[in-house]
Amino acid sequence: MKAYREFIKGIWQSNPVFKILLGLCPTLAVTTQVQNGIAMGLAVLFVLVCSSFIISVFRKQIPPQVRIAVFIVFIATFVTLADYFLKAQFPQISKQLGPYVPLIVVNCIILGRAEAFASKNSIFYSLLDAIGMGLGFTLALVMLSSVRELLGSGSILGYQILGKWWTPWLIMSLPPGAFFTLGILMSIINTFANKHKKHRSVA
Amino acid sequence: MKQLLLIFFAMVTTNNFVWHYFLGICPFIGVSNKIDNATGMGFAVTFVMTLATIFCWFIYHLLLVRYNLEFLQYVVFILVIASLVQFVEMYLRKTIPTLYRSLGIFLPLITTNCAILGITLFMVIRDYNFIQSVVFAFGGGVGFTFALLIMAGIRENLDLAPVPESFKGAGITLIIAGILALAFMGLTGLIK
Repeated sequence: MKAYREFIKGIWQSNPVFKILLGLCPTLAVTTQVQNGIAMGLAVLFVLVCSSFIISVFRKQIPPQVRIAVFIVFIATFVTLADYFLKAQFPQISKQLGPYVPLIVVNCIILGRAEAFASKNSIFYSLLDAIGMGLGFTLALVMLSSVRELLGSGSILGYQILGKWWTPWLIMSLPPGAFFTLGILMSIINTFANKHKKHRSVA
Repeated sequence: MKQLLLIFFAMVTTNNFVWHYFLGICPFIGVSNKIDNATGMGFAVTFVMTLATIFCWFIYHLLLVRYNLEFLQYVVFILVIASLVQFVEMYLRKTIPTLYRSLGIFLPLITTNCAILGITLFMVIRDYNFIQSVVFAFGGGVGFTFALLIMAGIRENLDLAPVPESFKGAGITLIIAGILALAFMGLTGLIK
């Protein structure tokens, strides 16, 4: 039961993007297309799982004074791996993501989970937590990029969904569109969460 | 000279780090609630950004490129930034205590500010020479401070405004950031 809770909390209850506002930079920057959103989400998932695993394995050996530096070196190594993999296998996506793949190093989700969870818990729970958080992040990216791609160019994953009658909202593909979409999505989610809370307090 | 000026103004206005590249969003939302905090954070970021770019430029061009170690750049850059922040903190505490007191709490936060790592990466991608890199970094820092100050000014007044319940907090901040980004896009024609 505890295992299930650790896994599921990252996806909804404490979703890194919508609930604890971590990792907003890549969330806003790469979500112009669903394809980029998925690629970014998976890259973060990979780095998060690998670094959580290795930090959890070495959690008793790492001296607490230098732990942040050690965490960052582990994370940077995995990010380099992910970046070179993308460059070799999906050069086009890698080009579109640009510097945002190396910027995963300073993505607060990863360092945050390393510090708050992986350095204190066993390998099994750390992995579950990392996978849950990574999936939650990917889910947020997919939600945001679907809205932006659909309104910005009338397509999803490159397939034309809305017909010729649709005039693309150019603004959705540009930076301001990212802020608007995330702000509105966040408030919708808050509304649901608040309603849920009220229901519970009445019952 | 003209090119340097263009780099500077582009970084402050149209290609502003916060509104165009979405870097440094976490501190942008976190500390933009009071003008005092925003000023402190802005100066600390500008300072560390310029210093980090100077160090990273030398390390990248004199060490990594010469020995074909470019694949180490992410690890090296983040370590340079982290240790630089530590040194700046220690140096300021000993020599300029007044500045340390005003920047102090913001310095540790800067290590994970993506704008700093971002600027060193952009410097490599765009292949800037030394002077261009320094101007680019300084402009980026000034632009970040600028964005933070505008936001803090608006948010101080926002406390009195009737904001819908579900938009309170991050929601309304993001919407305002969007409107500001829209306004700054209007300057795009200025810089080619």
